[in-house]
Amino acid sequence: MKKTALLAVILTGALLILSMENFPSWGDVQSPASLHLSRHFIEKSYEQTLTPNLVTAVLGDYRGFDTMLETVVVFTAALACFLVIRLPRDVCTPGLFYYRHTRTGLVVRKHDACELPGENPTFERVDSDWPPHDVVVVSTCRMVIPFIQLFGLYVVAHGHYSPGGGFQGGVIFAASYVLLAVSHDLRTLVHRLNERVTHLLSAAGVLLFFGVGLFGMAMGLNFLDYGALEGVLGMSLASGHSLGILLVEIGVGMTVTAALVIIFKLLSSRGTVTEGL
Amino acid sequence: MEDFLTQLTSKYNFWAYIVLMMVGLYAMIAKGNLIKKLIGLSIFQTAIMLFYVAIGSKAGATIPILRDHTLKGVIDFVEYINPLPHVLMLTAIVVSVATLGVALALVLRVYDVHQTLEEDEILEKIKNP
Repeated sequence: MKKTALLAVILTGALLILSMENFPSWGDVQSPASLHLSRHFIEKSYEQTLTPNLVTAVLGDYRGFDTMLETVVVFTAALACFLVIRLPRDVCTPGLFYYRHTRTGLVVRKHDACELPGENPTFERVDSDWPPHDVVVVSTCRMVIPFIQLFGLYVVAHGHYSPGGGFQGGVIFAASYVLLAVSHDLRTLVHRLNERVTHLLSAAGVLLFFGVGLFGMAMGLNFLDYGALEGVLGMSLASGHSLGILLVEIGVGMTVTAALVIIFKLLSSRGTVTEGL
Repeated sequence: MEDFLTQLTSKYNFWAYIVLMMVGLYAMIAKGNLIKKLIGLSIFQTAIMLFYVAIGSKAGATIPILRDHTLKGVIDFVEYINPLPHVLMLTAIVVSVATLGVALALVLRVYDVHQTLEEDEILEKIKNP
């Protein structure tokens, strides 16, 4: 088995190396990739979309349909993750329910029950391998997280003028929530951003994208034709395209943030969403 | 032959992608552990991403963000690299993270059912339950 695999891999590699003379050399100005479509994108896209960041323009406008389906892929991945490993909420795993008496510091576990009846201020829920929260880590993260989130929003909103956009900003925003879960515990994250919110957010991002496309259709143009936004708020055709790209990027950012948070919550807690890393 | 050899040495960057791709492919086929297969998949994806970005490189050009966006000057396409490979790869990176999440979820389920991640042991357990 291993020998067959090695043979197949070496064969593939040899074929690729043999075909290497057809690849363009590093930085080749005359390579086919830099001649045809690239020229149109670079010369025309600013006057058509008013977006100096050509990557964003191509992503949101010229390849809008492709990006929409990429967003659907991310949404579907989160959904599939949820359907595969999420345990039903009423399944009781007593090993996961530990309570600490806040005055004495004693940790108790009930063998037959999971949730304590009613609100009980003298007991707080702790992880089974409860490490006391480190003051330095907790307070550093508490200070850093707002700035990470602000930076994430900046990357989404400023994607027209600097490197950035919905995908990147969404990942940064999701990373701040992952940091929250790692520095505090998973329940803090779920308390701040519960499952209902993340699921709605991931679907809302896709719907925003589709909505912008359907708005184009409603105005009598093609699906995802941002020309429909011309005249909204007295905009020219090019700034209509710019607005369309921004709306679409916000949708992408919402879906990516929510999907990554969902995947992290599920994977780190093995589907229980009660106790994680 | 001489030509071919100079081609091989001048396009040295492709060697790295091909070797990375081979490492990933080998891990995906030959390794028995499911997590190692997933790591191989990620290495493979990295090779593809590097390959695309290399295709987009252009000597003497900078990233595709217009420096002066007042529409006064003429935009010279020689100054900027092709934005398309970057677009394709930035979506590919996020999608690869999302698909990796699904794959890890499936691996978790497999572990819950069979208590192992080794492929041959799983096959054994399926044959003789």
